[in-house]
Amino acid sequence: MAVSADPRFAPLPNRQASAERITTPPISFAADAWRRFKANKMALLGFIVLVIFLIACFIGPLLTPWDPTTQFLAGRDQPPSAAHWFGTDAHGRDLFERVLYGGRISLAVAFFAGLLQLVVGVAYGATAGLLGGKWDNILMRIVDIIDTIPLTIYVILLAVIMGQGLTSIFIAIGIVYWTSMARLVRAQVLSLKEQEFMLAARALGASRARLILRHLIPNAMAPIVVELTFSIPRAMFTEAFLSFIGLGVSAPMASWGVLASLGFEGLRSYPWQLAFPSAAIIIVSLAFNFIGDGLRDALDPKLRR
Amino acid sequence: MARYLLQRIITMFLVAFFVVTATFFMMRALPGGPFSSERNVPEAILKNLERKYNLDKPLYQQYIDYVKGVIVWDLGPSFKYKGLTVNDVINRGFPISARLGGIALTISVVVGIPLGILGALNHNTAGDRTISGLAILTAAAPSFVIAGILQYFLAFKTGWFPAATWGGGQLRYLVLPVLALCSYNLAWIVKLTRSSMLEVVNQDYIRTARAKGLRELVVVYRHMIKNAMVPVVASLAPMTAGILTGSFIVESIFNIPGIGREFVQSITNRDYTVIGGLTVFFCLLLAGFTLICDIALALIDPRVRLEKEG
Repeated sequence: MAVSADPRFAPLPNRQASAERITTPPISFAADAWRRFKANKMALLGFIVLVIFLIACFIGPLLTPWDPTTQFLAGRDQPPSAAHWFGTDAHGRDLFERVLYGGRISLAVAFFAGLLQLVVGVAYGATAGLLGGKWDNILMRIVDIIDTIPLTIYVILLAVIMGQGLTSIFIAIGIVYWTSMARLVRAQVLSLKEQEFMLAARALGASRARLILRHLIPNAMAPIVVELTFSIPRAMFTEAFLSFIGLGVSAPMASWGVLASLGFEGLRSYPWQLAFPSAAIIIVSLAFNFIGDGLRDALDPKLRR
Repeated sequence: MARYLLQRIITMFLVAFFVVTATFFMMRALPGGPFSSERNVPEAILKNLERKYNLDKPLYQQYIDYVKGVIVWDLGPSFKYKGLTVNDVINRGFPISARLGGIALTISVVVGIPLGILGALNHNTAGDRTISGLAILTAAAPSFVIAGILQYFLAFKTGWFPAATWGGGQLRYLVLPVLALCSYNLAWIVKLTRSSMLEVVNQDYIRTARAKGLRELVVVYRHMIKNAMVPVVASLAPMTAGILTGSFIVESIFNIPGIGREFVQSITNRDYTVIGGLTVFFCLLLAGFTLICDIALALIDPRVRLEKEG
């Protein structure tokens, strides 16, 4: 093959290998989601606030000189000062310390209640979606019936029956409010189970448990996580509500709801005793809502750019 | 339409059955009998007490009696107060709560919907941002926080309104409880109306309506608002549930002798028949209201109407 001597007609080097090269660095789904989450300023702010609250509640009490349960009657009902940042309560306990301790309990109850809703809701929704047909119909009519009932009343009833205490509160909240999670998971499963990868898995002889655990749930994870971020503040609200009507954790333990309820007794003269626990509830619930909004956008593959 | 309604009514009966059964067995699952707190009662008197309240009969017989009682609307006696029945509690408390809740619900709807619409029509202006910011903030505050803020500033600091008395239920006693009760729902309606409107605003049929040369007012009213109202009406039933449970706290804080405070007191007193009876009452009330909302929804939304007919 005659090659022209003219350098203008010299063949280019073979670029077959390099043509296929991906020039941008590979980015995992998690990294991409995190990048989009960071771009949402409110969501990032909510995330930072939540991390600060978690650190403060779980490590903070170790660093302050006060004890949340020792009563100090000489120094009761003091307004906020340099020594007591949030003032003291009716028994002379440092309110800052109490709010931090209360945060542990409020957040823990909310988290475990959310987790329980997740387990019950995912199991129920995935079963309904997978079985389909008549069973799906029956299971979802049951959910319709449950949704018509004012559920808070049943949380109260369960809390009355099981007695006061941390465990009974989160179990009561967790086993009652799972219906929205079940609906969501069912809808996800219904749309996912018709897709090709499910057919492939079934053709390979995967068991039903494996289909659910390895194929369906990971693919439905994004909306589930978003729903979880919204259900945690709801559970926190319910816990505060229960504490307020006298079904909360018992003294000397205290959640934010219990603290707010105690603060009400001296509202006229010592408004800070209600203000600080209430502010904590509002800030954390706002933070969760912003995080939820951010996650919804960040985890949606359709919005991926 | 008829088939849809029939289906809804059957569902309501199932709900009622479910509620009565669940409540009955939950109350029976309580550890210890209702008289276990009275420690010094001799065996014979305990037996008599149990006979009086039919607790010596077999469980299925008690259950049947309870269901019969609910059907003829006799929810049984109070365990704590002699001569007081659950019906008495409902009869004296419910009119007050219904009035309070009715006003709160009306204000939420009448104020909330226009605010949401205004926000959506002036999307991303300073006014819209203020409205939705306030709504988000209010929805993040539990009702007792709002009640506390109102009580502190409008009653204790300024003395404009009574702090925690019911009086005869005249207007000035109503203002603070109603505000506390409707704050969350108001915020919720604003958010819902606004987002529902924003979704409608960019639909093709809105552009078509404008292209036809319809006046803006007609476009907004006939094409946007009518369509945007569907999710708002659909949320009215759960919202009533919210007002109902909100009344537990608000009535306790403002010392209102309504049915919500009775419920909280019966919990404190561990007055089990009253707790159970009021639970059944609340659930049936809400089931009835849900049915009304479903019918209203079927009437305003052609999509629901046609789909369910077919």
